Amino acid sequence: MTAETVTEKARIGAPSIAGFTEEGEGLVAAKVDHGHNHGVTVMSSRAERLTSFDVADFPLPTGREEEWRFSPVRALANLLSDTATDLDPAPAADFTVEAPEGYVRSPLAAGSAPRGTVLVPADRAAAVASANTEEALHVVIPADAEPAEPLRILVHGAGAGHRSNAHYVLEAGANSRSVVILEHTGAADHNGNLEVIVGEGAKLTVISVQLWEDDAKHLAQHDAQVGKDAVYKHIAVSLGGSIVRLNSNVRFSGEGAEAELLGLYFADAGQHLEHRSFVDHNVANCKSNVLYKGALQGKDAHTVWVGDVLIQKQALGTDSYEKNQNLILTDGCRADSVPNLEIETGLIEGAGHASSTGRFDDEHLFYLMARGIPEDVARRLVVRGFLNEIIQKINVPALEERLTDAVERELAASEN
Amino acid sequence: MSTLEIKDLHVSIETEQGTKEILKGVSLTIRTGETHAIMGPNGSGKSTLASTIAGHPRYNVTSGSITLDGEDVLAMSVDERARAGVFLAMQYPVEVPGVSMTNFLRTAKTAIDGEAPKLRTWTKDVKAAMQKLRIDADFTQRNVNEGFSGGEKKRVEILQLELFKPKFAVLDETDSGLDVDALKVVSEGVNRAHAEGNMGTLLITHYTRILRYIKPEFVHVFVDGQVVEEGGPELADRLEEEGYDRYAKGAGAATISAADAAVQG
Repeated sequence: MTAETVTEKARIGAPSIAGFTEEGEGLVAAKVDHGHNHGVTVMSSRAERLTSFDVADFPLPTGREEEWRFSPVRALANLLSDTATDLDPAPAADFTVEAPEGYVRSPLAAGSAPRGTVLVPADRAAAVASANTEEALHVVIPADAEPAEPLRILVHGAGAGHRSNAHYVLEAGANSRSVVILEHTGAADHNGNLEVIVGEGAKLTVISVQLWEDDAKHLAQHDAQVGKDAVYKHIAVSLGGSIVRLNSNVRFSGEGAEAELLGLYFADAGQHLEHRSFVDHNVANCKSNVLYKGALQGKDAHTVWVGDVLIQKQALGTDSYEKNQNLILTDGCRADSVPNLEIETGLIEGAGHASSTGRFDDEHLFYLMARGIPEDVARRLVVRGFLNEIIQKINVPALEERLTDAVERELAASEN
Repeated sequence: MSTLEIKDLHVSIETEQGTKEILKGVSLTIRTGETHAIMGPNGSGKSTLASTIAGHPRYNVTSGSITLDGEDVLAMSVDERARAGVFLAMQYPVEVPGVSMTNFLRTAKTAIDGEAPKLRTWTKDVKAAMQKLRIDADFTQRNVNEGFSGGEKKRVEILQLELFKPKFAVLDETDSGLDVDALKVVSEGVNRAHAEGNMGTLLITHYTRILRYIKPEFVHVFVDGQVVEEGGPELADRLEEEGYDRYAKGAGAATISAADAAVQG
């Protein structure tokens, strides 16, 4: 019996189909992947999703809500409570920043701009993180700066079950070129918000790496606003932790901007790794590309990807694509994959989505082994190859190597 | 010289209706340098023989033996068989997601030879072999068999045959789905491997047309899981003329002999 369950659903332009012109419709249809079922589902537009700084606006989720229906909400009680960071005996998580001198500014209190100008909490976790972070880290990459080394924010959890709240504000000045690595290790119940402002013509890559210990839980909302002609890349890499749920959202403040939201995850037995992305095409002539790839192995390994793309009426000339691919290595895993595409104008360059969940099955194994390749090597070959598409987009050799090693360790663990 | 010997092989599979015997006592001896053709109608068990030699887990050997120079092939795992020098060119090569052809070919070659090939000569060898089989250079960047047409997959099987240099090659309906040009290119590849490596070849086919390009010394006719007639190349010519119908009457009878089949024909 096949033990994995896969859900997949997509919606295209349901609420605003009247906005299509014939020409635009043709353009869209040409790029949309019709290879799978586009079930028509009734749900509200992503644009109507509540955002608020007020915790009271977000009741405790029951698990029946659209945005929580895949998440193990009962196991998240500590993270969803309106609670301050544990400071006793030590802070639940500490962070170190590696950045050129002058990049780290005075912390930002709630309400002091730019904090709160881009990230408004979209769920209870982000709201309690915001409410319980009095002073937000503020890092500014000056205009035209091109730091030689990636900036690093290293978050280390002191121990499982200890509640930690964080809110970081990151600004990339006009025409700057930089890479920022946000790295999570150790264990905690960590609620982390990241607010990113990408200035005109800037190029910024944010890599959020989850190398938590097995008993860590992590909820995150990463919001970015990308300026005119700027290029933003967000890469979520989730390997560790018992529960990770990371929402990566982007919108635009000027034309000609590009956003690429990438993700890589590897879920083991009992692990829940959830990634949600939302590209809000609110400005004309911007481009976006979303690609998340994941591998699953072991009993009750669960991954979720929900990719929302909204192309607003005014976003003429939009070019967007989103894709999720999962590779299931053993029985007993579950991969949920839900692309949601809402198109309110037909006058766009393209809007496509794809989702596939495949098994590394006995026939693959037989083929490789029939060429003399031993079983363990064959397995590694397939998984490494599959995930490499994301790893090679990181462009930070030392980090690529570390992540490749971490993936190898995940695979080695499955053979014992 | 090496010898691949199949003796009184019985093979069954599990189906929803229970256990089904497919091979009912097959004996064949192939020596390096020889080319044998196994011909027979659909469902006669030809492909089962091919997959069993390679060690596909679906097929259970209930009795009989396969040996390679006296070594028990049935006791070997799938990868051990390949490293011992047995190659199966598959009827339906599998698409393997995430693994580039370059990576795959090098990994397999390393496993078969027990050491990594020298990078420079290896790259050159791959390129040359691809050119001869008229495979586009960009195939090396693509994932194993992913999105390849039927004909492309078959060429890539023969590419591997030429690069891995096995002692024995089993070609499972390599000719099916190929147009005349592709059939020629693929056959030339097999003939090169045969001539250069003194390879023993077991060519499994439904049709005689590939025999215009690959000349077997021995022809075995397979019906209902058994060899019902054996002969030289002239037997293939006869099949071309008469088809398999003359075996049909006896197809259900497990005891049919080659002589009986000839009489019935």
